[in-house]
Amino acid sequence: MIPAAGVVRSPGVSRARRIRDRAFTAGVWACGAIALLPLMLIFAFVIGKGAAALNLDFFTKEPNPPGVPGGGIVQAFIGTGMIMGLAIAFSVPLGLLTGIYLAEYGRGRTAGFVRFIAEILLSTPSIVAGAFVWAVVVVAMGTFSAIAASIALTVLMWPILTRATEEILRLVPDDLREAGLALGLARWRVILRVVVPTAGSGIFTAIMLAVARGMGETAPILLTALGNDFVNTNPGAPTDAVPLRIYFYAGSPVVQFHALAWGGAITLLAAVLVLSITARVLSHRQLKRVH
Amino acid sequence: MERDGSMTDSVVMRASDLENWSTGAPDGARVRNAPAGDIEVVDLNAWFGNHRALRDVNLSINGRAVTAIIGPSGCGKSTLVRCLNRMHEEVRGARVEGKVLFDGRDIYAPDVDPVEIRRRIGMVFQRPNPFPTMSVLDNAVAGLKLVGGLSRSELRERGEWALRAAGLWEEVKDRLHEPGARLSGGQQQRLCIARALAVEPEVLLMDEPASALDPASTLRIEELVQELKERYTVVIVTHNMQQAARVSDWTLFMLYGEVVEFGPTSKLFTRPDDQRTEDYVTGRFG
Ligand SMILES: Nc1ncnc2c1ncn2[C@@H]1O[C@H](COP(=O)(O)OP(=O)(O)OP(=O)(O)O)[C@@H](O)[C@H]1O
Ligand SMILES: [Mg+2]
Repeated sequence: MIPAAGVVRSPGVSRARRIRDRAFTAGVWACGAIALLPLMLIFAFVIGKGAAALNLDFFTKEPNPPGVPGGGIVQAFIGTGMIMGLAIAFSVPLGLLTGIYLAEYGRGRTAGFVRFIAEILLSTPSIVAGAFVWAVVVVAMGTFSAIAASIALTVLMWPILTRATEEILRLVPDDLREAGLALGLARWRVILRVVVPTAGSGIFTAIMLAVARGMGETAPILLTALGNDFVNTNPGAPTDAVPLRIYFYAGSPVVQFHALAWGGAITLLAAVLVLSITARVLSHRQLKRVH
Repeated sequence: MERDGSMTDSVVMRASDLENWSTGAPDGARVRNAPAGDIEVVDLNAWFGNHRALRDVNLSINGRAVTAIIGPSGCGKSTLVRCLNRMHEEVRGARVEGKVLFDGRDIYAPDVDPVEIRRRIGMVFQRPNPFPTMSVLDNAVAGLKLVGGLSRSELRERGEWALRAAGLWEEVKDRLHEPGARLSGGQQQRLCIARALAVEPEVLLMDEPASALDPASTLRIEELVQELKERYTVVIVTHNMQQAARVSDWTLFMLYGEVVEFGPTSKLFTRPDDQRTEDYVTGRFG
């Protein structure tokens, strides 16, 4: 008779093995915990400091003058919404089209060049992008504006979207492209109606990660949108943004403003977290579907 | 019949020319009473980069009959069928020289749109490849739906017709809106056949359509091929000698990218002219 594998262990070997196994497991857990620690600390800190600032006024009122307690940063939320909306409107179509071009058509030199540009932009410090847009757009328009800020963010988000889209589309099996072409569908139709939908949630993931990245940018917005203490809905005028508010208030000598800065930090962190987690969940599903 | 209208036009055009099938096809679905669907291959050469995969292939494929292509792995069977509907050129670095006359017209002539050729000469691949984002029904009518121009009810009718023609209707009629990828392998392959039939091609190219399937599904596909040849020109690549003998009227034996022998299946399997053919079909080779 062949005993089950678990039954035939000599006690000596087994104990040593078990100890090593435990030690290793503990080690891995410890590493995991150490990696998580900074994240947890950031959360605890931000929430501890900022939770008090979160009330209805915070989301609905403009800031009070120094010395007058209360107030909110509604203009920053509206500004961030406007800047991000414009940035998404610019960068998503551009990024997807470039990604599709690189994955589906991109051969030879032009594609190589485009890819190279995206690569460079991807590693460009965001403040450089901001300075560039300041020089080109802000100076030309004669004013800081939400549009200028969204262009600066587009410079940062476009390469992320482009590279991610290209990579995701490459994961779509060629079988499907051939099946579409063999049905007598034009190539662009196969791409738009078969390949892109198959990559669907992966592309959505990329969009969300790009948005999360853009939303927290501070330096390029400072150089292009400038900031504003009041609600502004004109995309051609100086505009506030949440990261800007955090930056202004964190450095402010007025203590009452510090709480607002922390409150802004919480909301920003929450938004980015939601985007990242959704992106994660979606990309997980996507992987399951393709394989 | 006009061939140079836009895609939707030609679908509509043909619809008016055609008669219903004896199988009781609904109004929206019918076959051409049209040309025979003969294919004449003239001095065809095909390359992958510098590798020459087909060498001076000459061949007449008869309409409304089944032609089997046999030969050892790598001899160029897939390459040949992919040259028949201009799919070969989709491979990076691939190139074709020579002529393929379809109803007398060279499909490689400069003014010919490969999209139109592929619509008239459909293809089924070795591995079932339904579109993963689409339901069973949407898969079946994908070639029509993605072009547009047909109403929902027309699409549904065409879908049912195609699924019936592919012998899949009874199995999926209650699951039309489930994802196509949830069917079994054999069902998926028949779904792919339905998808190819739904655009009403004149020729159906099948590259080892049953090699990934179990014996029962294989048998089902073979029966289907028999039914299809009433109305279509069928070219089927197979590694299975018995299958070729069972389903085909004509057989082509290839070796190293060249045609060794082409003739009626019964003759090729019993009294081949070429010694190499005999060795291959009797299993002494490859
Ligand atoms: N994408 C490709 N790139 C380069 N060479 C290729 C490619 N596809 C096929 N070939 C080569 O072309 C030749 C013919 O290949 P083909 O796929 O037509 O063979 P086949 O007869 O269909 O083989 P199998 O029975 O294994 O499917 C082979 O030598 C193969 O290596
Ligand atoms: Mg093959």
